[in-house]
Amino acid sequence: MSPTSATEAGSGADRDTATEIAVSTRKISKNFGDVEALNDLSLEFPRGQLTSLLGPSGCGKTTLLKIIAGLLEPTSGDVEVNGRKVTGPGPDRAFVFQDFALLPWASVIRNVAFGLELRGVARSEREAVAEDYIRQVGLASFEKAYPHELSGGMRQRVGLARALAVDAKVLLMDEPFSAVDEQTRRKFQEDLLGLVQDQRKTFIFVTHSIEEAVYVSDQVAILLPRPSRVSEIIRPSSFRGKGIDNIRRDSEYLDIVDEIWASLRRYVE
Amino acid sequence: MMKRSLTLKILSAAILFGAWEIAGHIPVSFAFPTFHESIGALFRMIGDGTMLKAYAETLKPLAAGIAISAFLGIAIGLWVGLSRFFDWLFSPIFIVMQAAPLAALIPLLVLAYGIGLTSKILVVCIMAMPVIVLNTAGAVRNTPDSIKEMGRAYLATDLDIILKIIIPAASPVIFAGLRLGISAGFIGAILAELKITPTGVGDIITYSRSIADYPSMYAAIFSIILLAVLFLNLLERIEAVLFKGNQRGYVSD
Repeated sequence: MSPTSATEAGSGADRDTATEIAVSTRKISKNFGDVEALNDLSLEFPRGQLTSLLGPSGCGKTTLLKIIAGLLEPTSGDVEVNGRKVTGPGPDRAFVFQDFALLPWASVIRNVAFGLELRGVARSEREAVAEDYIRQVGLASFEKAYPHELSGGMRQRVGLARALAVDAKVLLMDEPFSAVDEQTRRKFQEDLLGLVQDQRKTFIFVTHSIEEAVYVSDQVAILLPRPSRVSEIIRPSSFRGKGIDNIRRDSEYLDIVDEIWASLRRYVE
Repeated sequence: MMKRSLTLKILSAAILFGAWEIAGHIPVSFAFPTFHESIGALFRMIGDGTMLKAYAETLKPLAAGIAISAFLGIAIGLWVGLSRFFDWLFSPIFIVMQAAPLAALIPLLVLAYGIGLTSKILVVCIMAMPVIVLNTAGAVRNTPDSIKEMGRAYLATDLDIILKIIIPAASPVIFAGLRLGISAGFIGAILAELKITPTGVGDIITYSRSIADYPSMYAAIFSIILLAVLFLNLLERIEAVLFKGNQRGYVSD
């Protein structure tokens, strides 16, 4: 792991480590009418690692993710991805949606290739790429199936393959496993750890599950509401190398989960 | 599956025509012929070329009106669905058009556009277009936000979003509007021929009634219904080919 320091909210970005930071948000505020969703929020996301945004509902974590994606414009403040300021959606970021957001009239292969289709990649080329990722997410032989013929877990695999197919450096995942069943979710979490290792991409992962955040993350940013702020950044260190089978009974894992719950419980109605 | 649905179709046709035959024999009215008399008249008119000539006349306003209504209707519907301003501008016109008693307005149309083809095409359009426009607009407005947002996240241009997301997503409701609009257009075409000038199929109906040749009158009515049904079936086929995955509803269900 790279020796990146976890900068606290509000403190200035360290220029020396600029190359290690893939995404940084600076003094982001976002208001929806009179409602203040985010207030002066600064956060950095180390390259090649998975950072979770964790917090009670209403803390603005999905809003922050959509601002990083360029889908929402911040009221003030800015986002930099690989040193470039974000002004809208870009080829350097891919998004995985909570409700999958697949095209119901399109086959699996067209859904997976859709990002490439929009970029004007020729059909044979984009389908070859799509087929490759469909195999990687374990959906080989389902290329011609339609989304309604797939289970929830399989649909999210399609969503994941679509995000991987555009080969973006940053993967933004908005509660990607919240709409699938518990067993599928566990499998997804294990697969995600492998993906972070293999793909060398920067993952930003929104979740409301404390266990999930601690299990999959290199860094957990805990967001609190009213006013929205980063209260704490936790970097689990000891259990990452012990293998996926041992994480859930590791004492550090259990301690961190308890600790986070202790600090979050008073914000949960 | 296909076999079963075909059997059911034939069975339901047989029941309907059987009831018609019995009703003709009772008879429910002196002016109500039996099924076999009507079919006989139909084949006679097809044989001697009367039908062919009549449809050459009737299909002109019908085809033109339906083509205009479909293209213009979907285009205006898209526009109305995409823009609040055009919704405000156009929606009331089509709502009024849909609610207006058309037969009462025909004299006005004749006054303005004469008794020729223009008036008849307009009657077909007034019947067919409102439901196409309103359905298209409603469907466009109800495109799920999440797939539009997905499009933007994957760098779709505004045109991409309209062509590759909004239109396919709206297609089931657009096609439902087309089906309703086109059947209304058929009614409009016959209405125009009965109310403006008797030509084509409308002429057969008017003339046969005036000389009490009821089998021919019902044969003409039957033929136009048959044509409408066949056309709607064709439309359904087109939809099934164009938007295959839409047949089983939405993913998020």
